[in-house]
Parts: sequence; C-alpha cells; structure tokens
Amino acid sequence: MTLFDCQVGEKAEVLGVSGERAIRKRLIDMGITTGTVLFIRKVAPLGDPIEIRCRGYELSLRKDEAKTIEVRRVG
Amino acid sequence: MNFKVALAGNPNSGKTTLFNRLTGSRQHVGNWPGVTIEKKEGSFQIEEHEITLVDLPGIYSMSVYSMEEIVARDFIMDEHPDLILNIVDGTNIERNLYLSLQLKELGIPMVIAVNMLDELKGKGITIDLKKLAALLDTPVVAISAKNGSGMEELIHELVHNTHSSVLDYDPATEAILKQISVIREACRHDHVHDKFYAMKMLENDEVIVRDLRMSKAQLNELESLQKQFCAQRGQREIDMAVADMRYALIEAMMKQCVKKSDSETSVSDRIDMIVTNKYLGIPVFFLILFLMFIVTFGPIGEGLKGWVETLINDVLAANLLVALTSMAVAPWALDLVNTVIGGVGSVLSFMPQIMLLFLFLSVLEDSGYMSRAAFLMDGMLRKIGLNGKAFIPMLMGFGCTVPAVMASRVLEHEQDRKMTILLIPFMSCGAKLPVYALFAGIFFPEHSGVAIFSMYVLGILVAIGCGFLLRHTVFKENESTFILELPPYRIPSFQVTMIHMWQKAKGFLIKAGTIIFSMTVLLWVLTNFSFTLQMVADPTSSILGTIGRLIAPLLIPLGFGHWQSAIALISGLIAKESVVSSMAVMYNVGNVSQLSGVLTRVFTPASAIAFMTFVLLYAPCVAAISAIHSEAGSWKYTLKSMGFQISVAYCVSFVVYHVVSLFI
Repeated sequence: MTLFDCQVGEKAEVLGVSGERAIRKRLIDMGITTGTVLFIRKVAPLGDPIEIRCRGYELSLRKDEAKTIEVRRVG
Repeated sequence: MNFKVALAGNPNSGKTTLFNRLTGSRQHVGNWPGVTIEKKEGSFQIEEHEITLVDLPGIYSMSVYSMEEIVARDFIMDEHPDLILNIVDGTNIERNLYLSLQLKELGIPMVIAVNMLDELKGKGITIDLKKLAALLDTPVVAISAKNGSGMEELIHELVHNTHSSVLDYDPATEAILKQISVIREACRHDHVHDKFYAMKMLENDEVIVRDLRMSKAQLNELESLQKQFCAQRGQREIDMAVADMRYALIEAMMKQCVKKSDSETSVSDRIDMIVTNKYLGIPVFFLILFLMFIVTFGPIGEGLKGWVETLINDVLAANLLVALTSMAVAPWALDLVNTVIGGVGSVLSFMPQIMLLFLFLSVLEDSGYMSRAAFLMDGMLRKIGLNGKAFIPMLMGFGCTVPAVMASRVLEHEQDRKMTILLIPFMSCGAKLPVYALFAGIFFPEHSGVAIFSMYVLGILVAIGCGFLLRHTVFKENESTFILELPPYRIPSFQVTMIHMWQKAKGFLIKAGTIIFSMTVLLWVLTNFSFTLQMVADPTSSILGTIGRLIAPLLIPLGFGHWQSAIALISGLIAKESVVSSMAVMYNVGNVSQLSGVLTRVFTPASAIAFMTFVLLYAPCVAAISAIHSEAGSWKYTLKSMGFQISVAYCVSFVVYHVVSLFI
C-alpha cells in the first residue's frame, strides 16, 4: 500500500519511495526514508494536497506524490 | 584580513533575517548568473577583519535537482569560501542537520548557528549544544536572528574558527568511501572536498559522476561498491541507502543531545485547526485577502496615493514650473519637464499602495501563513499547471502588475515563477479601469457594470486557457510538484518586516527613477519630433504618429484600424491610464464629453469591446515590463513574454470583435 491509501489520523511506516528521480530524491532529502513513521494530519479543503508530520515537522505534498511512497500501517 | 563566508541553510530557517542582521544596509542584491534566483551579498567589519557574507539560496540538500541546489553547490565548490555559516532551525533540528552533515563533508571551516531555540522552551524540548558541537566537531552557537541574541558569540566564532574537519561515518561506510577515494584519485588529482566527492560518488550523483569521466572499469567498480553499500544497509537503492545512513547518524546524535517531555497541542496546531480547517480554511483565506485589498486599494491606500499625487503635482511640479517659467526657459523644455513629472509621478503615486501590499505580504510570509495559503489553493491552481503559491501574486495582479510580478519571488521554482509572471498581466490591473469605464460608459450605458466586470472575467479565463496551453507546450518539462514545508506560525518582528518591505520598495523606486524616467523622455521625443528630427506641433506628423499610421492597418481586422487607436495603445505601454488621455490628444479634443462624441463616430459597440479586450490583454506598462525583466533576469524572456501577450491580445480581440458583431 502507499501513503495515498492511508486515512487522516493514521500512522504509516515508510518502506520505500518510487517515482521520478528528482521528486523521489526531494522526498528522501526531506526525511522520508525507510523506517520513518509518518502521521497523516489532514487533507486540504479542496481534497488535495495532504499534510503529514515527518521527523517533527509539518510537510505538505500532493496525492500524486503520496502514491509514490510505499508504507505499512502502524499502531 | 578579508573573509568570504557562505551562509547556507534550509528554507524557513531564518537565513534572510540573519543575513540582514549581520550585514545591515551594506548589501548588494542581484541575480545569480543565468538564473532568476536572487543573489545577496553583504559585508561587515569586525576588528581588523572585513567579512563578505554571501546568502546562498535556501536548500534542503546538496543535490542537483533544483536550480537553488545547483547554485548553492556551485558557489561553494567553485568560489572556495573561507568559511560556511550554517544556520539551523532549532525547532526542526533533525531535518536541518541533514544539510549540515553534507556541508561538513566539504572540509571547509564551518560554524553552526542554531536559531529559534527560544521557541523550544515552550515545547518542553532542550538541546545540549555543547554535546552537539562535540559530536559534529564544529562550533555551535545559539542565536535568535529575530531579536539579535547570540550575535557577538557568532561573530567571534566566524572570525576565529579555522578548524576544518570532516566527520567520520561508521567504519563500514568509511571502508567503502576509502575504496571510492582510490577511484577518484585516479580521475582527479587535487584533494579539495575529498570526502564530499566520495560521498557524492557513492550516492551516484549525476553531475559529479559525469564530470569525473571514469573509465568503464572504474564505473563498474563504483557500481559494485554501491551494491555492497546497499547490502550493508539492507536497502534496494543507493540514494535511499545513503540518505538512510545520514538520517540514522542524526537520529543517534539526537538521542544524545535532545530531551523531550510530552507537551500538549502547540499554539501552531491550534491556529491550524481554524486556518486550514476543512470548512473554515477557504473563507478565512478570502477574508484575509479581502482585508488586504480593502486596506491597499480602499480609502487608506487611495488616501495615501492622493497625498503623494498632491505632493508631486501641486507642490513639486507647480513650484518647479513656476521657477522654470520665471527663468524664461523654452516652451519645449517646460513641456518636457511637465511630461516627465507626469510620467514618473503617476508611477510614483503607486508607491504607498505598493508599500502596503508588500507590508502585508511580508507579514504573511514571515508569519508562516503563505505556506498555508499555498496548501489551500494548490488544488485549484494545479489544474492550470501552477503551484498553490502562485495564487497571491496572481491576485495582486488585479491591483498592480508591478508588485504582483515582484511577489512571484515567493515561488521557489524558476519554471513556476516564469509561468506565473507570464500570466499575471492578464489579471486586469487598476490602471486599465479608466479605459473600460470610458468605453463601457459610451457604448453600453445601461450595462456598463456588466461590461467592465466581464473584462475581469475574460482576463481570468484567458489566463486559465493560456496556463493550460503553456503547460502542454513551453513548460511541458515543468513537473509541477508540491512538496512544501508548513513552518510553525511565528509572530513576525517589526524590524524584520520593515526591512523586507523597504528592500522591495527600494527596488521599485530605483526602477521609477531610471527605466520609467528614460522611457518617458523617449516617448516625449517620439511624440514631438518627426523622423527628420524637426520639432512638430501636430502629433500626427511625429515619429509616433508615423508609426501609428503604419500599425493601424494591422488593427483593421480587430475593428479599430485608426492610427489614433494605434498611438493610444503604444502610449498605453508607458501607463495604461494614458490610453484615454492620449486618445483625447490625438482626436484633438479637450474633454471627455467631446471625446465621447468622437468615439461614437469611429467605434462600433463590437469594436469598442474588441478595443477593451486588447487593452486588457496586451503587453503591460513599462513599469511592469521592467519588473518582469528584473525578475526573469533576461531581455530575451521579457521580449518573448511581450510578444506572447500581444499575440494573445490580437487573437482574442479578433474573435471577440467578430463574435460580438454577429449579435450586436
């Protein structure tokens, strides 16, 4: 599953990032590395982008980008 | 001693504030060669040392995937700064240190300034900076760029730190780096930035690997080392493996230096509960915009504008003309002075409104709201290939194109910025209103409000259409992405806001004083001299009049092929307001009612609508053109954008003229 499949309020552990190289590298540089736990905070009023919490800060990304982040749900 | 210091750090780390704090007014602002990214340099004197500080673009990593990263990296690698000053956001230290680790690999003396530590106290977090300095083998200073604390200690470290060390990673990584270094030595003989090169080779950095021109055998060897590293880290891909290694080291450091006690919901979270709320978010956004516009273009802004106009026209111009008349200067000189004061003055009178707009923008940006506005609006703007952050500049375009273009600076990516700048002039600016008002009043007296409003709507529709078109043609490669940090809300400091506002206003003043001044003089010459350089009394035989005659036939398909319209449109390039006044001059009438009489004879309702459409869409005024030039950084782009806008205006007016002719 990907981050896109997670619901607001859930936590997800990163398993990998796919997608186009530049975007993938940016996501990795921003701290989305394997084993990092992300918390899905909210969806923007127009349905996209989403807001997540990663390594203690707030990050916003589009659903297209969320689809490239492979995750598994954690408690 | 002359020191060159590079200031590096993440976006939102307080880098610009620290830069202003250290260099004060001794700054030079320009663009980095070839790109539209702002380059700021400043200097200050400490004891016998002259320190030159270069503000690098805010970056998250030393990669090569954005212009900002390339600019920052090239500067550090090619210009060899004596020291790197790395500013780190204390409230977001984990991710900020990711860049610090990479900077450390360069082996250049470095000082780390940890900013905004005061905010941590409220969150129940403490960072042991002594420990951090020991772990990083780098001086670490606590500062507050906003209120200026810690500056003395920081400057002391800047001047006295010559300690260049690189950090050792874990033994397994170091063993691989050692083998990579052997390959590198065979390709490249100097030993500058050794570790940085080795790490970038391990990471398979496109640029570094390409520039080393490795042999097939060397490339194979590098690849097998990368595979070995991946296996060690239990990863599939090398870039993830390297980032994972860096972050793992940072996490280990954090465990030793950071103490957290569980805290309740932060103030920032509570603000966000309302401001980015599913139902309230967008109404709050529009309320903020409404307030911003009411203040800027409502009674307050208009009042200030009127005051500046009075100052220029009644005090400055009147006294100057009296003085010149008493000195018995030639009438042409009087006329020239009058024109220049009128031209530059009309632009200067926008100064208060521009300053107010920038005051709001600075506050929105420095408080952290701008990122939320982008978060709210992205869903709408991405449909035309733009980023959410483009919304505010686009909206400001309804006021004045100049500050709107300048505000496009908030967009980090050059492609986003260029596309936004191209579309802003379609947002009908305030100065076009008198033109609509005149024509709508004459030709659609019953429905003038509808006619004027439809111009604004048409502008938006054209912008959307062009956005679509450009996204699938010129800006195709622009993989519009939206990966944006939402920094915690902060109360902007008065001083910092004022500095930001003043820096932008200064740019505008310089522009008014140079480009607009010379363009006004040029236009005066063109309307007062013939091609044989004889002064002419009748504008029709002037250079501009002749040009107008040449252009006029081109405008016939649009329904207004008279030379007077052509000249009025050319003079609209100086300022849109002057379209009306120059029409009056060209038709040789004294007031608006006489002008109305003439216009009803030469225009039909359809051609009037077509003319309004053309004014709405064609190239903006000189002030806006020069703003576009300074933001885009090239005349080629500026001219192309003008060509684009004129073509769009021509095509749309043509369609409008013929469609409206069918109905009216």
